[in-house]
Amino acid sequence: MNTIWALAKIVVLEMVRRKDFYVLFILTVLLTGTAGSVNLFNDNSIVRYLKEICLLLIWAASLVIAITCTARQIPAEREQRTIFPLLAKPVTRAQFLLGKFLGCWVATGMALLVFYVFFGIVSASREQHWPVLNYLQAGLLHWLMLAIVIALTLLGSIVFAAPSSNGTICFVCTAGILLLGRHLNKVALGLTEPLQSLLYGVYFAIPHLELFDVRDLITHNWDLIPWGMMVLATLYAAAYTAFFLTAAWLIFRRRPLN
Amino acid sequence: MNPAPALLAALALATALATGGRLLAWQTERAQDAGSVFDLLLGESRRAFAVHAFLKADAYYHSGFYPSVFDLAQQADNSKTHLQESIKSAGAEHHDHDHDAKPAKARDWLEAFGSHFFPSQHRHLEKFGDEREILPWLRLAAELDPHRIETYTVAAFWLRDRLNKVNDAEQFLREGLRANPQSYEILYELGRLYAENNRDVPRARAVLELAVERWLKQEAPKADPDKLGYGQILAQLADLEERAGNLDRALAHFARLKQVSPAPETVQKRIDELLARQGRPR
Repeated sequence: MNTIWALAKIVVLEMVRRKDFYVLFILTVLLTGTAGSVNLFNDNSIVRYLKEICLLLIWAASLVIAITCTARQIPAEREQRTIFPLLAKPVTRAQFLLGKFLGCWVATGMALLVFYVFFGIVSASREQHWPVLNYLQAGLLHWLMLAIVIALTLLGSIVFAAPSSNGTICFVCTAGILLLGRHLNKVALGLTEPLQSLLYGVYFAIPHLELFDVRDLITHNWDLIPWGMMVLATLYAAAYTAFFLTAAWLIFRRRPLN
Repeated sequence: MNPAPALLAALALATALATGGRLLAWQTERAQDAGSVFDLLLGESRRAFAVHAFLKADAYYHSGFYPSVFDLAQQADNSKTHLQESIKSAGAEHHDHDHDAKPAKARDWLEAFGSHFFPSQHRHLEKFGDEREILPWLRLAAELDPHRIETYTVAAFWLRDRLNKVNDAEQFLREGLRANPQSYEILYELGRLYAENNRDVPRARAVLELAVERWLKQEAPKADPDKLGYGQILAQLADLEERAGNLDRALAHFARLKQVSPAPETVQKRIDELLARQGRPR
């Protein structure tokens, strides 16, 4: 565990030094501020559109941070040839992968924390109340979703040669699932066999990232999600993350490093 | 030295300049509606985005519980949004009980599980006094497509009827009228505002009579005219005259209303009442 944590710390430090997060955070602040400064029928208490815009920006920024940072981890180690001395030490390939995953996940978690605190301030400035537990649930689910995305990107960085192609493919898959994943069963029901069964199979097989997207509940001040459901969502995310990490390890353990 | 690359580059540059010039000239010719940032960025596609913004307002009205395009494809009638229904019925007849209070039955376990993570029960903003939250999207819809008339009428209805922002409603309707000077729908809403909120009878009468004039000019020649719109203008005018004590004028408007109303017997009842008040035989 110490080895994994030591590797993770390096990744976190590297991500703290990089400018990606700072640029995206400033962009989010600026765009939210611009949207908030619009005069809408002289009513300053209108807030939901602002919450929606801010959450959308947070989601987009978090996906960019998670995918781009994860996609370059292994290719960069290979390119700079630092992977050789690293794996020459008593570090197994599984530990190496887990360290990279944990580092990326913790770093995105730290970024999310800053983003959600900003969101809370924006929301409280207009709504005059702060539903901390709701934000905690939203942030936690968001972070769990990012665990799946990071594991998927890590798998991609072993399968695909270039970080750019891996990043693009992961972005397309993630956006596709977020936008269409929930509706695949409805589309499948309108098809004839064997397409129906095939699409239904895809529907059950893909990780439903949209389950973790509770922006509408936050925007429209819905009640808390039952904690039992939160536990199930955590298990769901853990299962897919474990699946992608295991697949990455199975491929990576037999792959030559050069 | 081989002159071919230089010639090729010169040819490419000449072609670019020539087509660029032609494109600029073409753009200037057709730029009647241009001016806003949205025109510049989105071109004609801004109308599609305006529809999306209007639907977004409707989704907000339902606190995010809204059918997706996939759900809408399975529904028989999806032409009217609830915001439009509300304004047609003056907001009085559209309530939660018009919908299924409980979410639709899940098709599979994944859908059942997912229903905990997004709005899955019907609820209106009115219940919480948050109607103002639909306004940003209506404002955006108007910015994107200034010729979409229902954006102005719906926003004005909510502003004056529910949020008591009569001046903002009037300003927004006037903005709509500047973009759509021939619209009888906007004139009707403006007339309602003067009649019901400002109690300015002469102004209300002038605007509503202009609305009748516009309706007759635009809709009367059509095979399937908007009789509901005409009926609403006439009913408003008749009420206005009745309240002002001009019973003869009110009777004249009711008589025209009877011809287009889906419930002529109700209108006749009002006519009889007015005749009785005047002491004239029915």
